[in-house]
Amino acid sequence: MINKKVNGVTEAVKGISNNMTFMLGGFGLSGIPENAIAALVKSGVNGLTCISNNAGVDDFGLGLLLHQKQIDKMVSSYVGENDEFERQMLSGELDVELIPQGTLAERCRAAQAGFPAIYTPAGYGTEVAEGKETREFDGKMYVLEHAFKADFAFVKAWKGDAAGNLVFKGTARNFNPCMAGAAKITVAEVEELVPVGALDPNQIHIPGIFVQRIFQGEKYEKRIEQRTVRTRE
Amino acid sequence: MLDKTGIAKRIAKEVQDGYYVNLGIGIPTLVANYVRDDIEVEFQSENGVLGMGPFPFEGEEDADIINAGKQTITTLPGASFFDSATSFAMIRGQHVDLTILGAMEVAQNGDIANWKIPGKMVKGMGGAMDLVASAENIIVAMMHTNKRGESKILKKCSLPLTGVGCVKKIVTNLAVLEVTDKGFKLLERAPGVSVEAIKKATEGTLIVEGDIPEMSL
Repeated sequence: MINKKVNGVTEAVKGISNNMTFMLGGFGLSGIPENAIAALVKSGVNGLTCISNNAGVDDFGLGLLLHQKQIDKMVSSYVGENDEFERQMLSGELDVELIPQGTLAERCRAAQAGFPAIYTPAGYGTEVAEGKETREFDGKMYVLEHAFKADFAFVKAWKGDAAGNLVFKGTARNFNPCMAGAAKITVAEVEELVPVGALDPNQIHIPGIFVQRIFQGEKYEKRIEQRTVRTRE
Repeated sequence: MLDKTGIAKRIAKEVQDGYYVNLGIGIPTLVANYVRDDIEVEFQSENGVLGMGPFPFEGEEDADIINAGKQTITTLPGASFFDSATSFAMIRGQHVDLTILGAMEVAQNGDIANWKIPGKMVKGMGGAMDLVASAENIIVAMMHTNKRGESKILKKCSLPLTGVGCVKKIVTNLAVLEVTDKGFKLLERAPGVSVEAIKKATEGTLIVEGDIPEMSL
């Protein structure tokens, strides 16, 4: 067993520096690497490019990094529900590359899987495709989209072990498996680090080979963005 | 004239037995409430769930189980969770049978705009560009006119596009329209709405052939 376990978040983020490109898992606030984000905020690194489906909310998730102006550029698919983000974007302080959600996922996966680029029909004929190579396959038009290049991927799983194996829960899975192994260094944080051998090899979602560092997060707030319920009859 | 619930009810009639359906945010989300209960349908949410159920009972919400609108949800027996790449493989690979989404504008050539108002509002396209570029069967749920009373059913979209030539059917508060080579074909009128009123609210070419039936809901 190759040991990927590090002693906490400080060791996990070792090597981060200004002007790096980070991938961060999560959809909305679900499945975000809360502990890594907190460490990035504390470190004060800036000039960052962050690849993440969303940009958090004003006071949580990547919103915390935005608030401290540590991010120069965001690559995302949806950035609503975040006033500070919208303000920085419309004023030009923040460079934003909006791309289709499936394209975001596949550009991560391409990096993970060793593809330099992929063709997708998403965005053809829209401003997303401007300046990009297009090609026809079987009478349909596609846009060439390049694999991401990132320095660190910060992902969050439910359970993991020291070998770096990961198991996700519910829709908190989202972009996390696509980003694992898609950057030079993948840092996984888990709610529960279990002894090696405790996870059933049949049930592992991401094998440890895609992960360089793993640690158990100190605490998880797991904030809910839209609490919707029904009442019992 | 229909309200948002009425639009959802009418669209629900388009959902057939055995369909995998992706519902967008807003009116489309309401469609799930009105699908006949004698057919089997599975709702996909692009953040990574198939087999979505109703909202959870109070106290049973789980931050790890949400839909694409970031609302807390439940799952039904037979449901599955998956990552974002797999989710869009279902969409791009045309495994999802029906896509229902909202729009700011639709043009008579099937173009749709729903993600950006330059200089004013930029929320992003989320999964909409992937959905409209891939889905065979797209129904747009929208109000026929905007808050200023201007038509959203146009000859040509003025806003940045989400997709080109992709919309097939539109259900609005006034009418059901089909996108054809010659323009918007009027299929049905909303209860109490005249063909004249629909003509007036439609900037694009409207094709009216014979008697136009009133929707049944």
